Amino acid sequence: MPTVTLTVDGQQVTVPKGTTVLEAAWKAGAFVPTLCHDPELSKPGACRICVVEIKGARNLPASCVTEAAEGMVVETASPAVVEARKTILELMLDNHPEDCLTCHQAGDCKLQDYAYFYNVKPGAFGGEKKNYEIEDDNLFIVRNMNKCILCGKCLRACEEKQGRAVIDFAYRGFKTKVATAMDKPLADSVCVSCGTCVAVCPTGALTEKAMIGQARKWEVEKVRTTCPFCGVGCNFDLNVKGGKVIGVTSNAAAPANGRDMCVKGRFGTDYIHSPKRLTKPLIKKNGEFVESSWDEALDLVASKLGEIKTKFGSDSIAALSSARCTNEDNYVMQKFMRAAIGTNNVDHCART
Amino acid sequence: MTNSFADYLNTDLFFVIGSNPTEAHPMAGAKIMSSVMSGKSKLIVADPRRIELAEKADIWLQLRPGTDIPLLNGMMHIIIKEGLHDKKFIEERTEGFEELKATVEKYTPERVSELTGVPVNLLYDAARLYATTAKAMLCYTLGITEHICGVHNVMSTANIAMLTGHLGKEGCGVNPQRGQNNVQGACDMGALPNVYPGYQAVVNPDIQAKFEKAWGVKLDNKLGLTIPDMMDGAVEGKVKAMYILGEDPVLTDPDANHIKKALTKMDFVVAQEIFMSETAKYADVILPGASFAEKDGTFSSSERRVQRVRKAIEPLGDSRPDWWITCEIAKRMGYKMDFESPRQIWDEMASLSPIFAGINYDRIEHTGLQWPCPTVDHPGTPILHTQSFSRGKGLFKAIEHIPPAEMPDEEYPYLLSTGRILYHYNITTRFSSALDAHRPEEAAMLHPADAATLGVCTGDKVRVTSRRGSVVTKVNVTDKVMSGMIWMSFHYRETPTNELTVNAFDPISKTGEYKVAAVQLEKVV
Ligand code: SF4
Ligand code: SF4
Ligand code: SF4
Repeated sequence: MPTVTLTVDGQQVTVPKGTTVLEAAWKAGAFVPTLCHDPELSKPGACRICVVEIKGARNLPASCVTEAAEGMVVETASPAVVEARKTILELMLDNHPEDCLTCHQAGDCKLQDYAYFYNVKPGAFGGEKKNYEIEDDNLFIVRNMNKCILCGKCLRACEEKQGRAVIDFAYRGFKTKVATAMDKPLADSVCVSCGTCVAVCPTGALTEKAMIGQARKWEVEKVRTTCPFCGVGCNFDLNVKGGKVIGVTSNAAAPANGRDMCVKGRFGTDYIHSPKRLTKPLIKKNGEFVESSWDEALDLVASKLGEIKTKFGSDSIAALSSARCTNEDNYVMQKFMRAAIGTNNVDHCART
Repeated sequence: MTNSFADYLNTDLFFVIGSNPTEAHPMAGAKIMSSVMSGKSKLIVADPRRIELAEKADIWLQLRPGTDIPLLNGMMHIIIKEGLHDKKFIEERTEGFEELKATVEKYTPERVSELTGVPVNLLYDAARLYATTAKAMLCYTLGITEHICGVHNVMSTANIAMLTGHLGKEGCGVNPQRGQNNVQGACDMGALPNVYPGYQAVVNPDIQAKFEKAWGVKLDNKLGLTIPDMMDGAVEGKVKAMYILGEDPVLTDPDANHIKKALTKMDFVVAQEIFMSETAKYADVILPGASFAEKDGTFSSSERRVQRVRKAIEPLGDSRPDWWITCEIAKRMGYKMDFESPRQIWDEMASLSPIFAGINYDRIEHTGLQWPCPTVDHPGTPILHTQSFSRGKGLFKAIEHIPPAEMPDEEYPYLLSTGRILYHYNITTRFSSALDAHRPEEAAMLHPADAATLGVCTGDKVRVTSRRGSVVTKVNVTDKVMSGMIWMSFHYRETPTNELTVNAFDPISKTGEYKVAAVQLEKVV
């Protein structure tokens, strides 16, 4: 593979031809902020927060859309670069609500991180603030367009990852907004509530409804697991706080799905804590289920199955194993039927 | 699946038949949608309903339910007639081409059009497009398998893929997207009446000896019962007891009343469940299992990828991991199953199953592995059959049309077909308050012409009656279904669709014919 060698902040770095300056800078260990850039999406080079100084270039190019070239000399943190980034952040913060205190995204928000890093405070220009109603018509997703920085990741993800293009930029100038066709509520659009837009949004503009107010981002323990619904086998992180699963966030490292999921995987696992969960063994007595101890229930099952096996033979007992349970549960079940009961009468809904 | 989901991004043509991935396998559907939308790939859809993908398709073949074989035979007829088949692939990798040719010879476009309802010109377009696109991938699901001729349908998809050489290569293949999260895994683990873990036949004496040695007991070498046979056996009084783990046959198996009869007849039924399912209500003992968030283990996805399930919280209340419960019963019956952890269970399984021998928890910590994976240094198998098929050469099977077991007639004039919707997964999702609020009830799809005949509008109720049962449902009037057909899901205990479906099964796979039943409709006032 042909390569190019360039200098980033005085350090030489060699990358495959076709690599962007941004990726080369990252490879060299430089800090370059991004907002509209996403490695899995098309690159509009729109937010310009990733600007760098390149020797010989007339202005500060956006590094995410500039190809690294042989011998290039790049500065990622020169005074001009820092100044430009600060101005971009000041403009964004100028019409951004100042409510990080109660924002669900706080602690996992790029805007907040960069403002902190560059010490940019809101109100530099004292311009007009956006004043949109918070949209919570959709059952799963809350949209607060006042917090939107118009990076466009959500609409690119919707189109490029989900193949849907439910949302797009609407209106012009200060009024520019991410909206559905005819700016209808999400609930009335063709949106399938997959939440992929939420997963890529760098700010608190798009959030998972059920998780709001449940936990600060830093309190959440993330446990990577596999979806319990369909056979695609999406991976994601269960978000856990205080022994309770409060929701799901996606994980870019997931092999089949990356950060994309469907509505069930992303928003449907609340069944875990359904009040209808069975939490005690139950024995039917006179037609009614009565709670019992494990010992009583297990002894009863063992003695009943034992009796039937002795009286009618192993083949009078059958088991349905489960396409919803783990491999290990299934292995144990078939081993139980074959070794402990003595029959091959074990099957599952392989066919649905 | 012969390929990986990642490979979906490499194909130039999807041929989706009997599958509604944007609802039933949404992330597979999303890959198809985005690839088609970006112009990367073309799309042929064969489905009686105007499903979402049909609207995006270059060619939509609206075939009558249960006519997949004539459709595929008809396409193969055209492909052979026009010399578009892959002669080199057929020569080197397959057998039985002459028999296939002789059979499909009879499926002229005109005859096929008559049987399927698909216009002749579309048959030509689809056949030519599929045969002449270098990288073409066929995807199917239950619309192919849930018929009395399911196995033959599957063979037909293999036939057309082999005929055109669309197998064993990047971006080419036949991909049955497996339904439930771990249906692949349950098969892999030997939760089947004919095989031990790793698809090792129970009738093979060497295999039997291996498992007898490992498990320290004498094992039975005759085939066990499949679910339909178990249920029949229970009704006949031969099967006396049943241990049901995490399945709800009353709601999800065909002909629910037959299942209820079976459950009532047995002496003893144990249900191991996380919710009070319709089936659990018939149990004598209910053992509360733990949900996937409360236990460690693995699932195997449709792409044969073994992936970790991790315990995030403690089992709720007094619930317990399912493997633990089963082991406890075994112990109390005098057979020791002393597993301490799922990892230990996996290791025992892998030590007995060559196709999984190379997979262990350490190796799948991050991305999982796709079996076959025979040794710990094997990288796993993303694409099957790149060099040869399991039996060496791929065998063409000449297949004739088999009409569904029950077709509409004067008494039951409408055709009922069933399936899944996006917002629910079988029954568990009904316990998700968010999902259930979004789609709380059945909305059967009915064509406007039929709605007019019956005098109903969207939101009105109809009574749907078959020879086996009768349910009431709200209707959604839409031209996405063809007239003469009603389409329902099976997620709702309030509308137990499977009381209607037919108790007819593919003789080989024992898969129920969920996709076609004859029903009568009347307005409920
Ligand atoms: S939830 Fe999914 S479909 Fe809806 S707007 Fe977001 S990405 Fe698009
Ligand atoms: S909603 Fe979020 S992802 Fe979409 S444009 Fe606004 S900030 Fe970007
Ligand atoms: S998130 Fe959706 S597509 Fe992915 S495995 Fe779960 S149910 Fe299937």
